[in-house]
Amino acid sequence: MDPRFADVRTGFYICHCGHNIASMVDCPAVAHYVAQLPGVTLSRDYKYMCSDPGQELIQKDIKEHNLNRVVVASCSPLLHERTFRNAVAAAGLNPFFFHMVNVREHDSWVHTDRAEATAKAKALARAAIERVARHKALEVKQVPIHPDVLVVGGGIAGIHAALTLANAGKKVYLVEREPSIGGHMAKFDKTFPTLDCAACILTPKMSEVGAHENITLWSYSEVVKMDGYVGNYSVTIKRKPRYVNEDLCTGCQECIAHCVYKEPKFADEFNEGLGRRKPVYIPFPQATPQVTLIDPEVCLNFKRGVVTGKCKQTCVEACGEKQAIDFTQKEELREIKVGTIIVATGFQTFDVRRTPQYGYGRYPNVYTALEVERLVNASGPTAGDVVLRDGRRPKAIGIIHCVGSRDRKTNRWCSRVCCMYSMKLAHLLKEHTEAEIYNFYIDIRAPGKGYEEFYDKLLDEGVHFIRGRVGEVTDWAFIPEEEGKLIIRVEDTLAGVVRRVPVDMVVLATGLEPHGDAQDVRRLFNMSCGSEGFFLERHPKLAPVNTFTDGIFIAGCAQGPRDIPDTVAQAGAAAAEALVLIDKGHIEQEPNTAHVLDDCCGCKSCLPLCPYTAITFDEATKKAVINEALCKGCGTCVGACPSGSITQNLFEDEEVFSEIEGVLAHD
Amino acid sequence: MTKEWSPRIVAFFCNWCTYTAADLAGVSRLKYAANVRVIRLMCSGRVDPQFILDALRRGADGVLIGGCHPGDCHYVEGNYKMLRRFQLLQRMLRDLGIDERRVRLEWISAAEGEKVKTVINDMTAQIKALGPLAVPGQFAEWDAEVGALAHELRKADTADATPTEVAHA
Repeated sequence: MDPRFADVRTGFYICHCGHNIASMVDCPAVAHYVAQLPGVTLSRDYKYMCSDPGQELIQKDIKEHNLNRVVVASCSPLLHERTFRNAVAAAGLNPFFFHMVNVREHDSWVHTDRAEATAKAKALARAAIERVARHKALEVKQVPIHPDVLVVGGGIAGIHAALTLANAGKKVYLVEREPSIGGHMAKFDKTFPTLDCAACILTPKMSEVGAHENITLWSYSEVVKMDGYVGNYSVTIKRKPRYVNEDLCTGCQECIAHCVYKEPKFADEFNEGLGRRKPVYIPFPQATPQVTLIDPEVCLNFKRGVVTGKCKQTCVEACGEKQAIDFTQKEELREIKVGTIIVATGFQTFDVRRTPQYGYGRYPNVYTALEVERLVNASGPTAGDVVLRDGRRPKAIGIIHCVGSRDRKTNRWCSRVCCMYSMKLAHLLKEHTEAEIYNFYIDIRAPGKGYEEFYDKLLDEGVHFIRGRVGEVTDWAFIPEEEGKLIIRVEDTLAGVVRRVPVDMVVLATGLEPHGDAQDVRRLFNMSCGSEGFFLERHPKLAPVNTFTDGIFIAGCAQGPRDIPDTVAQAGAAAAEALVLIDKGHIEQEPNTAHVLDDCCGCKSCLPLCPYTAITFDEATKKAVINEALCKGCGTCVGACPSGSITQNLFEDEEVFSEIEGVLAHD
Repeated sequence: MTKEWSPRIVAFFCNWCTYTAADLAGVSRLKYAANVRVIRLMCSGRVDPQFILDALRRGADGVLIGGCHPGDCHYVEGNYKMLRRFQLLQRMLRDLGIDERRVRLEWISAAEGEKVKTVINDMTAQIKALGPLAVPGQFAEWDAEVGALAHELRKADTADATPTEVAHA
């Protein structure tokens, strides 16, 4: 008998996963094949290995048959490795005497020939049987966790997550790129379907953030660097100069009143450029922090970011003794230590210039939905009076759905919120203008509490719904009634006719898409993006706020389009996941670290390879030394060591070689 | 061999990108050739050139290595380090007379389930066209040759050392 298998008593289990595996892989045949392999004491197939009876079966066998190795062939180890390791450990066996074979995601689900799929399952099972015999008992390392949390993004997701954690007594850093927190929600007028005033429900939370003793709020700041690992991240944050000292400014806004510009002159970002602001400004009345800032691009005291002193500086005078205005302010870098990070960086709205057929920018009375949110808002540029760019009041309004959504030419996904916010805007516009409102939709998607009822309500209010994707918006009139109007051309797919609908105002229901710099943010936090560019969750169903990097969580629209209730729920979930780690007090690290063997010749090839500087050279012994606390277990040094003198737990050379032998042993 | 020959490909996929992408291909029920056997490593940087040579020695017709895209490595730059070794190995393989298309390095992110499918299908077709590598068979051939030579030598040695026996009727 092969000496490698002396004393090895392996139990093998192949899972049917209902029909998921069994329909394409002959599970009893695999079990039968494995039964005669060296070191195998017993081999079984079972309907659901991950179920309680499945796990109990393993535990019973370990005890009754004195098993010292366990192999389960089922789904991906990324899904259930932990489940089975725990089951094995509960039966008194070291959990690292377990190995998992992926015969679902990598086999039954991707192949169409039962014989081939079964042969592949046998080969993969054999590799595991060969490999597991080489496994060693390992100890899980425990590393203390830093209790502070960083929340990136101060929209409703970040605000809610930060407050949840802060109320639980955790110290939170909330970093927001813009001068104020609030995100997109702060710009909304009302929220669907309850028509709650967005500001009324958001601003109390914003001020709570500003005043909370456990929250350090850094607005107008960006994360520029992240190092470390779960429990021990060190993060560098860039604080952009606002030329107003946050600690000294009281928010009295005297500086704005006394600016040398008597009238606001520059496009106001918060009002989507529909309003005007001065060079010194506060983004919106309820901005948090209540601190003004100076825009060096337009302030007379600056030229190309350099102080010229050419302005009378009436703002400084107005500020008086507070001396909050500081033209010498520079960009600052702050370094913080945190244990966990929640990334809630949100979304950007679709750029409507990518759909030129709808005339945005060409016809002044074509608006984006976000502009209309500001237009109907009481604190908006027109104080809620819906006046068009050409000064008219609309008598007919067309709302075009799915602009930059469900479209092969732009973005293929459904943005989930546009149907509902379009109907909300339809309601508000009708209320404000009493105009005829036409919605042009592909499908009405109203799946939520009270959403379908809201749709019904709009039908009752006499809002028109025309089913069809709009072809174009034009001002080319065919008949006198169309003169001076915008004509929406659409195929009404219910009536089977092409319609021309003349309106005074067009609203484009823009979709949600990932931020332009989502890829940079992803790299910064070591995350992945899905094919559409939203951050990728660890598991779409069972780990929706986790990422592939432990201790980094995602919430809100950065992960995919969603509405406010879902965002808040997800932010709460992310906060809870962070709390789980923090309150446990330590992180359990996979013991897949590398270590140097005695026959190291001291060539130092490995030293520059380690990205974590975990390898140092011991001058006394003339050998490399790996600091286990710093090693992340990538195995790059192991693969590169010319003398084979570094080994990696769980991925020892012998383990991988036996796996290679195993996958190739079966015909 | 009664069965029609079909390529055997050993793959080394990194845990974070390509292995996850293969999981995604499964969840998306994409269909691809059943010729690839995946071995999971934490990082493509762990791939020791010996793994590749060992796989070929044991009868693999091709080896596929999958890692994160450059700049996206979970361990910062393990994939670059693999790339360095890979370039060197490709030259060695050429010298050994092994077609370099048999060993392939691909960057496949966790979101690219579709790419797992196309790469595996493409590589399987490629290796089908190249035919079996059959390193073990070649080894057996060489072993037989060396064995035959040794036998001849032994025969010559014994002829010199001892007198020839004559059989009696």
